[in-house]
Amino acid sequence: MANLSSATPLVRPEFEHITVEAGQIGEVERPLSLWERLSNIDWLRKAVILIVLGAAWEAYARYAGNELTFPTLVQTMQALWEATVHGPLLERTLTSLRVLLTGYALGLFIAGVFTTIAVSTRIGTDLLSTLTAMFNPLPAIALLPLALLWFGLGIPSLVFVIVHSVLWAVALNTHTGFLAVSETQRMAGMNYGLRGVRYVLKILIPAAFPSILAGLKIGWAFAWRTLIAAELVFGVSSRSGGLGWFIFENRNQLETANVFAGLTAVIIIGLVVESVVFRTIEMHTVRKWGMQR
Amino acid sequence: MTAIQPVDGLSKSDAVAHSPLLSVKDVTLQYKTREHIVTATYRVSFDVFQADRFVLLGPSGCGKSSLLKGVAGFMAPVEGTMKLNGRTIDRPSPDRMMVFQEFDQLLPWKTVLQNVMFPMLTSGRCKRKEARERALRFIDKVNLTKFRDAYPHMLSGGMKQRVAIARAMAMEPDILLMDEPFAALDALTRRKMQEELLQLWEDTRFTMLFVTHSIEEAIIVGSRILVLSPHPGRVKAELNAHQFSHAEQGRPEFGALTQRIHNMLFAERIEEEALSKAGAAHG
Repeated sequence: MANLSSATPLVRPEFEHITVEAGQIGEVERPLSLWERLSNIDWLRKAVILIVLGAAWEAYARYAGNELTFPTLVQTMQALWEATVHGPLLERTLTSLRVLLTGYALGLFIAGVFTTIAVSTRIGTDLLSTLTAMFNPLPAIALLPLALLWFGLGIPSLVFVIVHSVLWAVALNTHTGFLAVSETQRMAGMNYGLRGVRYVLKILIPAAFPSILAGLKIGWAFAWRTLIAAELVFGVSSRSGGLGWFIFENRNQLETANVFAGLTAVIIIGLVVESVVFRTIEMHTVRKWGMQR
Repeated sequence: MTAIQPVDGLSKSDAVAHSPLLSVKDVTLQYKTREHIVTATYRVSFDVFQADRFVLLGPSGCGKSSLLKGVAGFMAPVEGTMKLNGRTIDRPSPDRMMVFQEFDQLLPWKTVLQNVMFPMLTSGRCKRKEARERALRFIDKVNLTKFRDAYPHMLSGGMKQRVAIARAMAMEPDILLMDEPFAALDALTRRKMQEELLQLWEDTRFTMLFVTHSIEEAIIVGSRILVLSPHPGRVKAELNAHQFSHAEQGRPEFGALTQRIHNMLFAERIEEEALSKAGAAHG
């Protein structure tokens, strides 16, 4: 301690080992316990969350005891069953989905055109970023009165507001994804002689896929919200209303259990699309490619 | 170790070696930052012949990577000409395949095999079946047959660089451009990769233009070395290094050449320091 400056390392004898065969070490690998394996299953964990939430709902509704404002889970499920099998819920849902898919597809197509122009020219980039900055914060539902004026009371108005809600979210995400593609991957692509649309399709889109997928999800959620809200506002054009109309109608008749059933239908479709459609796409793309955990 | 005698190999197999494959004449390269135009190289000239392992060596900021990007067609010269087989280089093309330093040069959405096949298919050089055969052959050459169906994120850095080399070589380009391909690897892997690259060169005698800032790597990998001065890059010397490989690393000649290049690069710095001191004294 006292004489640190003159300390020299102790010279020790050298040695070499012959390493022990791995087989002799014994337990190198051990299977996980049943509990560990069960808790590794994604859907099981999520199912547990759903059951807990459902139990909480049922408990509170029974405690409150007012089915006019807050029906129980059991009553809601009965109403959902009734409305699906004997009532108009299925038909209403299909109507909504048809409008939704039309608007979503159209929105994606226009977003694709916009972003392709945006990556190929500088003025295109400016155009897209200006338009996005202008219109992205504008709630689609605020355009509904105008849409009704332009397209009348009917599906074209709904499609118009859905396109508006999908377009900017998807375009913004896709363009951000394109900008984030690494310089090396861009140069590698150009090195192969790829240019123009082929370059966008074969290099930029796959390389930006995590962002694009995030955009698709956000766009889907926006489209749903906009559609249900729009249907609540102006109801129905002919006899074929959508889910929003179903909810509105039942509220007017104070069939609260049916209102809950309609909302549950919206939630179920959302869950299915998220956990089946988008998850499958994720598994086969970004996760397989190691771009996302 | 592999003993390399490229001079013999050259004179025997390449009768056409008298006209250069790549000819760079008085090339000045500039790039723009937000506020400045920076001159990366100033009137650089050199010729690369068939089966050369031509190394561009210099400290960082000497414009060697810019030169390589110029040859690749990513950067147009403001002065001078760059010609490959007599044709002026004006855009990126698969006849000049590039291997980058970064590991993300592989396309993460394709397997090793698909990555190697991709440029052959997109450039229309081969039909699918032929592309597959060629890809498998070159994947085997870089010892990755076991990993041909793996995705890049499952591979180590060295393996990714091997895939990139296989991908470039399978195209059988006129010239292989390598931008510090081993710089991001650990020392042991780097050495192994250098040996493998030399072995590949022994097998196929391709032409390559190799950029590095390591004097040792330049001497081992290169057959001829262009030494560039720092910022903006100007030619300081062109030296022969074909007689050296890993085996000669301990030899005095190897040490002498290392020292000679070191002095060339280092002398500049001493001069600069002296100049700045003189400047400070005046000011």
